[in-house]
Amino acid sequence: MPGPDGAVPPVPTDLAWRTVGSATPGDPSVRLPVLEMDLLRDAQRQLEICNACRYCEGICAVFPAIERRRAFQAGDVLLLANLCHDCRTCYYVCPFTPPHQFEINIPRMMSRVREATYRGYAWPRWLAQFLVDQGPGLALILLFSLAVAVAASFLWAGPTALTSARTGPGAFYTVFPWLWMFVPATLLTVVGFAVAGLGVLHFWRDVGSSSAVRAAGARPLLGAIGDALTLRYLDGGGPGCDYPEESPSRARKWAHHLVFWGFAAAFVSTTLAFVQQEIFGVLPPYPYASAPVLFGAAGGIAMIGGGIALWALKLRSERAPASLVMFAKDQAFIALLLLVNVTGMALLLLRDTPGMGIMLNLHLAAVLGFYLTAPYGKLVHALYRTGALFRDRLERHAELTVGTAVWTRSAPR
Amino acid sequence: MAHRPLRGHDLAQRNVLMRPLPAADYDVVVAGGGNAGLCAAIIAAEAGARVLLAERATEASRSGNTRHTRNIRDSHPAADGFVSGPYPEAEFLADLESVTGVKNGELARLVIAESVSLASWMHGHGVAWQPPLRGTLGLSRTNHFFLGGGKALANAYYRELRRLGVEVRYETSVIDVVLDGGTCLGVVLALRDGARVTVPCRALVVAAGGFEANLDWLAEYWGPRAKGFVVRGTPHNDGTLLRVLLDRGARAVGDPKGVHAIAVDARGPSVDGGIVTRLDTIPLGIVVDRNGRRFYDEGEDLWPKRYAIWGRLIAERPGQLAYSIVDGPALERVIAPLYPPIEARSIDELAERIGVDRAALRKTIDAFGRAVVPGHYDPDRLDSCRTEGISPPKSHWARRLEAPPYFCFPLRPGITFTYMGVMVDRDARVQWHGEPVSNIYAAGEVVSGNILPTGYLAGLGLTIGSAFGRIAGRQAARHART
Repeated sequence: MPGPDGAVPPVPTDLAWRTVGSATPGDPSVRLPVLEMDLLRDAQRQLEICNACRYCEGICAVFPAIERRRAFQAGDVLLLANLCHDCRTCYYVCPFTPPHQFEINIPRMMSRVREATYRGYAWPRWLAQFLVDQGPGLALILLFSLAVAVAASFLWAGPTALTSARTGPGAFYTVFPWLWMFVPATLLTVVGFAVAGLGVLHFWRDVGSSSAVRAAGARPLLGAIGDALTLRYLDGGGPGCDYPEESPSRARKWAHHLVFWGFAAAFVSTTLAFVQQEIFGVLPPYPYASAPVLFGAAGGIAMIGGGIALWALKLRSERAPASLVMFAKDQAFIALLLLVNVTGMALLLLRDTPGMGIMLNLHLAAVLGFYLTAPYGKLVHALYRTGALFRDRLERHAELTVGTAVWTRSAPR
Repeated sequence: MAHRPLRGHDLAQRNVLMRPLPAADYDVVVAGGGNAGLCAAIIAAEAGARVLLAERATEASRSGNTRHTRNIRDSHPAADGFVSGPYPEAEFLADLESVTGVKNGELARLVIAESVSLASWMHGHGVAWQPPLRGTLGLSRTNHFFLGGGKALANAYYRELRRLGVEVRYETSVIDVVLDGGTCLGVVLALRDGARVTVPCRALVVAAGGFEANLDWLAEYWGPRAKGFVVRGTPHNDGTLLRVLLDRGARAVGDPKGVHAIAVDARGPSVDGGIVTRLDTIPLGIVVDRNGRRFYDEGEDLWPKRYAIWGRLIAERPGQLAYSIVDGPALERVIAPLYPPIEARSIDELAERIGVDRAALRKTIDAFGRAVVPGHYDPDRLDSCRTEGISPPKSHWARRLEAPPYFCFPLRPGITFTYMGVMVDRDARVQWHGEPVSNIYAAGEVVSGNILPTGYLAGLGLTIGSAFGRIAGRQAARHART
């Protein structure tokens, strides 16, 4: 309704209530195939309201980035959504969330756009679609991985491979040859990075660029990597983010740090093991007190602890600001990560028993499943998020040095 | 709405459902869950009082107009990372006097003195400040900004109430008071399910806002013009409790007709549009009414000093409608407005699209164009672009409208708050005609008329609400415990 009801001098009909935020309807020529029209329009509508309000500008990088714009084309929406860390604070502090008629729900809209990003820029698209909610598709891929691992093991070591205790240097390779691990892992890493990297490049192209942004140099990149590694924007602007519920907390930030740095420790462990084996000729298993085992175990425990914490927080979190597809995708990824690490830790504990063969196969199957699905699951958020943070740093750099953006802080009122 | 005074002894005869709340033994009942009520409830609970806070809205829509606030004006001795420099009490008082014209008001000085300790008190109760985003240049000197805005502030206070064990009842309104001589024995609550219960209490804090959402009440002073008003904030501020107090003999302060109103987009929601429907294009172009005539100097002063008068100006125009007309370059100067402008390639087309008489609009724009004196245009300061020989003049930023397309925003008065409230003393105790009631306190918008009978200072509503909220909570708890 325009203005109050009743015997009011009517507002002329062409001034009648219009849907808020139709100032810049998506121009079909700049429409991106990854973004459905309905989602794009809703994003534009919400972002225009945010841009007229600006109360959230201190919370994270998204809102200052909104303020740098006057209209929101598809590329802007993609960038802003991938800049969003889903910290939920803006949802809880917004006076225009439902039941308000403006129906602002930034975290859910952003999650939907991110989900569309990960799916839309993946290649081949059908595989991403197959894995869209990660459940049945992921289970099939894991079964397939297990079958491959067990078949390879049988082929190499015969039927006793899974049941007899094997110890001493090279014990793992009597169950499963090293080359059969190394070659697929290397290939899948290269392919995975290529697929995800290509997606991010397309994303970068669609976000758009300007000469001011291109002129920037390396410091914004270092800044963006710092933003990513410190999880700067999971702080809700200072006190912590309102996750899993309306109350500032750093639980999610620390849980994510555990998972990420655990992942990094596992990577260090693998690299050290490779050096031990290929340069010093010492074959695994390595002693418990050795660097590869210590890094691997620390990483595994951190990822298990962090993963469980992230999952528990997710289950406790409110559904209203969540996108259900992303909710499933997140859980699938955490589950897969836990599977890899729990089997890895079990293998470490059982490596001197007859259970080693079974655990090794389970672990390798989990790892293979992880590699196969990595470019189509939540893992790619690391690349898109870092890309968005880089772009944000470039814009801020350009704003400071070139003064491209018209920006005035709203005076106190 | 007139109520017969309700005495303790005739409770039983009254058609009130006597259903006790689970814990019906309250020291202090706080009516209203906005900033002032929250401050009162926190302070009272910290003083050991058993507190019930009645909030009329749902949990999702709680905290009244506090949701739509953004910063608080407080006196402070030095910059602290969130404000750029000192704001002495004397300067605060001078700023206040310059808008109210009232010299040395006792309660004004009290509020300002209370404001000195506010920032640290608020921070201690979970309120986070917004750090400077682009160097200290963007910082205000006088006002602390809440990180995330007023709803974040309210959320922090509601968390404090949970920590302190204060009972909060949503969708619950205090609709009447039970008076016995000079004492308030209890309150009548309207509950979520429509039931009414009487709850005894030892002290009452009234912090339920003004009556700006009650257009019928406003119509008593504004006549049918009130129907053309837009309510910027909560629909719940209908003045129920203010009317109860006035009917029972509380002394009123403030101009009954006084409203703080700004120009909002006429296409916005009739209530609760908040900050986003405001329009800042006025000083950059001209404003005409439904008759196509200009009616006020659009360039009188810098916009932050003038935006608050335009609601009243438009309220006096026919149909409570006006139209801000600018051309393209001006549009780029303001924060992107929420609603798209009405666009027209000619004055005639514009007149047709907004339903204003063509000839009248063309005549206004032609006359304005002829009166524009050449000058150096600078939208950031009081520039030399003005008109001559036209009434009303445009004192600054006057430029001919000659570069189509033209853009137009329809405007209505958007009411932020009302000035009339109840008179209080230094202890936030409500003042009465005749026999005084000793244990009814008031805070927030309903007492702002004691300090700010007219005019406006950014962030002062929160200052008054916090200062008097704390005083009222403190005094109510003290009264209840003795």
